[in-house]
Amino acid sequence: MIRDHFRVLTIDLSTGQRTIVDLDGRDTVAGGSGLAAMLFEKYGFLGKPWDEPGQPLIFAIGPLTGYFPLMSKTVCAFKSPYHDQYAESHGGGRSALSLRFADVDALVIIGKAASPSALIVGSRQIEIKDVQYLWGTDLQVAGKVLRRMFPGSGHRTILRIGPAGERQSPMACITADTYRHFGRLGGGAVMGAKNLKAIMIHGDASFPIPEGNDYVKVFEEVHTKMTDTDMMSKYHDLGTPINVAVLNGIKALPIRNLQATADPATAGITGERFAEVALLRNAACAGCPVGCIHIGFVRERFQKENRYLYRQISYDHELIVTVGSMLGVMDCFEVLKLIDVAEKMGLDVMSPGVALAWATEALAKGFITEKETLVPLAFGNSSSYQAAIEHLALGTNDFYQILSQGTAKAAARYGGKEFACVLGQEMAGYATGETFFVSQALGLRHSHLDSSGYSYDQKPKGKTVEDAVKFLVNDEKGRVFLTSMVSCLFARGVYNDELLGNCLKSVGYGTLADNMDTIAEGIQRLRWKLRVRSGYRPENVSIPKRFTEITTWKGKIDETLLNQLKEEYGKSIMSMAG
Amino acid sequence: MKILTTPRMERCIGCHSCSLACARLIHKRLSWDAAGIRIRSSGGLSTGFEARTCFACDPAPCVRACPTGAYSQRKGGGVVVRKKLCIRCGDCAKACPVDAIYLDASGEPFVCIHCGRCVPYCPHDCLEHTEMARGASGPAGNETAETGEVES
Repeated sequence: MIRDHFRVLTIDLSTGQRTIVDLDGRDTVAGGSGLAAMLFEKYGFLGKPWDEPGQPLIFAIGPLTGYFPLMSKTVCAFKSPYHDQYAESHGGGRSALSLRFADVDALVIIGKAASPSALIVGSRQIEIKDVQYLWGTDLQVAGKVLRRMFPGSGHRTILRIGPAGERQSPMACITADTYRHFGRLGGGAVMGAKNLKAIMIHGDASFPIPEGNDYVKVFEEVHTKMTDTDMMSKYHDLGTPINVAVLNGIKALPIRNLQATADPATAGITGERFAEVALLRNAACAGCPVGCIHIGFVRERFQKENRYLYRQISYDHELIVTVGSMLGVMDCFEVLKLIDVAEKMGLDVMSPGVALAWATEALAKGFITEKETLVPLAFGNSSSYQAAIEHLALGTNDFYQILSQGTAKAAARYGGKEFACVLGQEMAGYATGETFFVSQALGLRHSHLDSSGYSYDQKPKGKTVEDAVKFLVNDEKGRVFLTSMVSCLFARGVYNDELLGNCLKSVGYGTLADNMDTIAEGIQRLRWKLRVRSGYRPENVSIPKRFTEITTWKGKIDETLLNQLKEEYGKSIMSMAG
Repeated sequence: MKILTTPRMERCIGCHSCSLACARLIHKRLSWDAAGIRIRSSGGLSTGFEARTCFACDPAPCVRACPTGAYSQRKGGGVVVRKKLCIRCGDCAKACPVDAIYLDASGEPFVCIHCGRCVPYCPHDCLEHTEMARGASGPAGNETAETGEVES
């Protein structure tokens, strides 16, 4: 509903108390990223550990959620078990529209349930249920039971965690509606620490649309751009995996723990190859006619006779790189099997892939032995990696327990820091050069989506460090405003400032429309303030030697440029934090 | 008269654009419920989607069930609803054999009026606004309907 304030539902799992509060701030923090930061400032404890029961787990939507196409994401904020600092993770599925139609702008969960529980939220329902019988179940089993238990098929979201989240691994994700995730920085562990197996949000309310003709008119304009032009065709066609062949072609694809940046064998895992042999169908987040979710299949012979089962698994560029090329697994069905194991365990797929790539090299170089890895990790050996991902989720031995805290922590203990492919967290699927490496290493979410450093790297040379820093800061600002609306960042080419302004005005948020730049800057500063006050220091972030050893289409990495950029961007961040 | 059919639901990606369009354009609501067509997953996202919408019955059981005459038979199948006469009893929804009528929290019924306004918003052409002979496969028909064939 259009409001000049925020309607926030807070739930204390320790006491069972549920409260709806109206909070001011619409014209300063807008929603989404801005609202989540504002709520963390109000409810969170920057100086206390991430698993302190009082720490909030926040889900926030924005002023345009559900009103326009691709305004279909939710921002999740928490203190991260990965680095014990403020963190954001974004997810889609039906989460955003379910929150919209449950008639809350944000959900704030504090406290810790006495026993494993599920939270049920709707426009006329707020309930905490004991589900201890689900503790320990993988995500497939949990999903099936939860769907049976709660009403609202099609018009609800079910957010849940697997064994990795229950064990509070910083690599644990929150899965939304089977195929989407609040993937990175350990949101799943935060739910685990709260004894919260699942959150079911039923979107069962409806609202009158804004008066006048403007809204319907602007909607048509946005919808046409999303569907009748080629602006979104990349996502509608091969999806993000189109990048695999492109990056391989310019020697910028992370391969075998970043020992290489191009390899003809990657032909087996390109977007084109997936589409040809493994793509089963597509799906969409609610409110998105583009439908970028690509779902592949694997079938498994489980008896000597011809008896098979099959599974449907969503894939993306990032996943293909981290459990495919980074592990030397160059067959799309083997990649899907690895994604499937991580999904069932409730692990973010990207981090385990990079962690096991490091472990493979560490094993080969003698830093660790098979006593630690339990299975013979070797590039290309998919069945070993399937077992290792389970070990990682379950923390089978000391080695896997430490590795599941993050690759850098394992490297600090066992050695091999110089080839741990960590940029703030396990690297994303781009080896494009200095700007991307610095952007992910220092970025607030340590995500390739914080700013498009990978795209800047591909622009012509001759730019100065100052130019690059300016680009990173400005690009982040634009994205922060979009993630406060909350738009899917795939729509960033469509939602330019003018169109966003028209959207906001058409639903009655004229003040937001007139002050987009100032508001974006304010949100950007607020997020950095929280991050820095929770302990972040850019100078403490290191970029391992491996990143300087690679060769891309541009040639060798320029170490001097990398260091200067890191230092200067770090200074800018500290200045934004105030 | 034309009716709304859903002959290619196997292509559905669950974006809800059809429901949102109906709510926005016909009922002036922001909703995925208060609409003449609603999308549900049929037992989890891995099993695909189904549309809940009017099968254009003739005679329509909901017309017979309506105690006030708010529902009347639409020529060519389906119903015409005069909401001014509706007393929010919910008997129409109870009578509908395919769960096509949504009642909001106040009991206001929402049912497809077969206008076809939702059709262009479907990115995969799952929906069709078409003349349909009685005895055809119905709005939930399958891919063969694309060629105009009628399943017996």
